[in-house]
Amino acid sequence: MNLKILYFASISEAIGITAENFAPPPEVTTVGGLRDALARQHPALLKTKNLRAAVNRKVCGMDADIADGDEIAFFPPVTGG
Amino acid sequence: MKEVSVQVADFDVGTEIAALSAADPMAGAVASFVGLVRADKLAEQKAGSGETASQPERPAAVTAMTLEHYPGMTEQALADIVAAAQKRWELRTVRVIHRVGRLLPGERIVFVGVSSAHRGDAFAACEFIMDYLKTQAPFWKKEETPEGGRWVDARTTDDLAAKRWQPD
Repeated sequence: MNLKILYFASISEAIGITAENFAPPPEVTTVGGLRDALARQHPALLKTKNLRAAVNRKVCGMDADIADGDEIAFFPPVTGG
Repeated sequence: MKEVSVQVADFDVGTEIAALSAADPMAGAVASFVGLVRADKLAEQKAGSGETASQPERPAAVTAMTLEHYPGMTEQALADIVAAAQKRWELRTVRVIHRVGRLLPGERIVFVGVSSAHRGDAFAACEFIMDYLKTQAPFWKKEETPEGGRWVDARTTDDLAAKRWQPD
């Protein structure tokens, strides 16, 4: 499974990149599992309070399923307006 | 008329309201909201947010603000919010403009304009769209102060403002 991962705002600043391609281990099937796998390289993902995620540009929970080719974004709570 | 715009450029409030007024002869009311960059935002945030209450109170004037967003998702998220408002109230025309990039105190950030047959729907939908925009649309603010940059924390009052539109 190949995924496109995006990071925004304080998350991308803490990690040092805005995007990467990632092939998770086969046992990873959810956004939360993906976050834990990515956190081995990017511990900031586990340190962020109220981490939010989107799968293919739709906000979702950490229990959402992931599939090959998905675009998955991690970001802090939004502060626009 | 284009419904949703995410742009670096400023907008003219009078032009937008005039366009909303002219777009539909059945419109009898236009309500609008304009959000601005406030110079004292950081000091006010510390006082108003429980999450940062442990930090020492220091007046730190905001000298500029940079708005980041998620291109591709932002436009869809705003369109979804407008669609939710149109489902809930009888609206004629809706216009949402949100700026991104670096903005100075006093500059406009956001415009929401709504036309409807009567004022009640326009007032309510304008406020609904702003409340949902603040909690759902993928924008993030980073403030510049003399002491350095700082990402703005999400406010629980914004979550509460959005929740009041949901059924009990």
